[in-house]
Amino acid sequence: MGIANRKILHTDILIIGGGTAGCYAALTVREHSDYSIIIAEKANIKRSGCLAAGVNAINAYIVKGRKPEDYVDYCRTDADGIVREDLLLSMSQGLNRVTDKMEKLGLVILKDENGEYVARGNRNIKINGENMKPLLAKAVEELDNCQILNRVNITDYIVEDNQILGAFGFSIEDNTAYEIRAKKVLCATGGAAGLYRPNNPGFSRHKMWYPPFNTGAGYAMGINAGAEMTTFEMRFIALRCKDTIAPTGTIAQGVGAKQVNSLGEVYENKYGLTTSQRVYGTVRENIEGRGPCYLRTEGITPEQDDSLKRAYLNMAPSQTLKWLESGKNPSEQNVEIEGTEPYIVGGHTASGYWVDNDRESTIRGLFAAGDVAGGCPQKYVTGAMVEGEIAAIAMVKQLDEGYTEPELDEEIAFDRKIEEYDHFLDTDEKMFTYEAIEEAMQKVMDNYAGGISTHYQFNEKQLELAKEKIEQLQKLVWHISAHDMHELMFVYEVKERLTVALSVIAHLKDRKETRWHSFAENLDYPEKSKDWEIFVNSKMVDGELKMIHRDLVRKGDVYEHSDK
Amino acid sequence: MSIVINKELCKNCGKCANVCPGSLIKRDEDGQIFMKYPKDCWGCSSCIKECAFDAISLYLGADIGGMGSRMSVENKGDLLLWNIRKMDGTTDQIVIDKKEANKY
Repeated sequence: MGIANRKILHTDILIIGGGTAGCYAALTVREHSDYSIIIAEKANIKRSGCLAAGVNAINAYIVKGRKPEDYVDYCRTDADGIVREDLLLSMSQGLNRVTDKMEKLGLVILKDENGEYVARGNRNIKINGENMKPLLAKAVEELDNCQILNRVNITDYIVEDNQILGAFGFSIEDNTAYEIRAKKVLCATGGAAGLYRPNNPGFSRHKMWYPPFNTGAGYAMGINAGAEMTTFEMRFIALRCKDTIAPTGTIAQGVGAKQVNSLGEVYENKYGLTTSQRVYGTVRENIEGRGPCYLRTEGITPEQDDSLKRAYLNMAPSQTLKWLESGKNPSEQNVEIEGTEPYIVGGHTASGYWVDNDRESTIRGLFAAGDVAGGCPQKYVTGAMVEGEIAAIAMVKQLDEGYTEPELDEEIAFDRKIEEYDHFLDTDEKMFTYEAIEEAMQKVMDNYAGGISTHYQFNEKQLELAKEKIEQLQKLVWHISAHDMHELMFVYEVKERLTVALSVIAHLKDRKETRWHSFAENLDYPEKSKDWEIFVNSKMVDGELKMIHRDLVRKGDVYEHSDK
Repeated sequence: MSIVINKELCKNCGKCANVCPGSLIKRDEDGQIFMKYPKDCWGCSSCIKECAFDAISLYLGADIGGMGSRMSVENKGDLLLWNIRKMDGTTDQIVIDKKEANKY
């Protein structure tokens, strides 16, 4: 046991994570240059990331009669002001461009008799998104000079004098460690699931909203390398179908189903219609004894039943299975709903790397796109693609302008990393396992940092306890072992989630107000305050998280890094 | 949420293992494909779409209301045939045309 092989690879551009943003970035790099690309993907790019099962609609699109600025306004309202309008605008301006490209790659989009896309509301268009990821992956596999390393898990950046030089990782298939040296790096690893105890903590623990395989690697690597990160306190909690944790939007928008309590009263208007208010309303109705809550589907037509079952097969087949298995169609039984455990995900809320408009982080040469990039919520699938595109174009431009390789004592750094991997690769039975640490972490976050069991609420005292307990778990991680390379990945996943958890706790504690119900419900400060119309950022300095407050970036302004 | 692999139908081609976004499906020392981490399955159904032998099916855990039904899928050109077999032996099929967009 132990690392048996070492590989040192060189590339112009390294893309970490071959999901939506990463794949789109690779296509864009090749459209604009001949620079060599390596994609390091911990699974296989064909179905990895958020699009594995498919997606039911394009949820970010500028429909006829609307402008990108309208989309920016929608995002700002939903996040109650804590957004980067420069990032939102550059994202919104690209939404239709990337959609056109996906259609050229084979994505089926519904059109009317005039050949226009059929809108679903003000921002959505109708598609068959079941095969969106395979289409994207196939296009990437056909690129020249683009090496795809499937099942290679990246654990650390190589950074010298605040400049990115590449990354370390290992294969989960054979005992090979990788040092990948790159002139530019794009982090596109997705957000973080599994920080909190999930809705279904037993056998179906991974039947969750967000991909359970997105474990916050990109956030953790950034935090550990001293990148500035933003808005980890703006957690995302999805309102979902109970048990299957399947989307509710398709039912709500598709058949106009309202949220009702057990008395049959429509309660959504009482609390408001932003994403967090919809979750909060459902929580309140349950606390006040009017649960469970439902989407009112009883009485819809047989045709609507049929369309719903088909739509779910294209994105969340478990819900269709549930309807068929129970023998009751949605027209015969309202669909019970619940809030999920909190996630950290920059594609829905605004958590992630603090980037400039090129999506470059505060580490020179390190870019971020998709769910790891902060300040730009509601980007969804198409927005993640646009960010991949923006970052790709910026990386190519920087490379065109010239690159000087800095000095690095690479042998020593790689040796140390392999020693660390070997430390964990130990077949002896240990007292603690990665699974036990994960369970403990999820319990701490659930009980003390606003999980499902506390109705997403917390106070400062609880957050202090959460910090103390997570730090204890971090110490235990050194004493767990991996029997094979896959388990080594599990060890690093729990390590990175503990790192992200500490940042979440620090951010929740720092924002002394309640701006978003449920997402950050601080019982010591239950009101919203004008004083907190700022960004809460953080940066690891000498092993301690330092909190940084920054001004909002409003309409017409563009933020630029001045203190990288 | 997880999958079951029917060993009699499985040809051990490994396509399911290759595509699983959690790399949860492995090959044992005898070359047999098996689900190593059933509790870690997301339920995305990527594996059942890869299987040309109808050897893999998806089921709901009892903790989320599963009652023993299994779902598999056949790929026929532009069509995806979703087959559901219930515990009582009855079956259901929903045919999805990949060229048709969702109505919702």
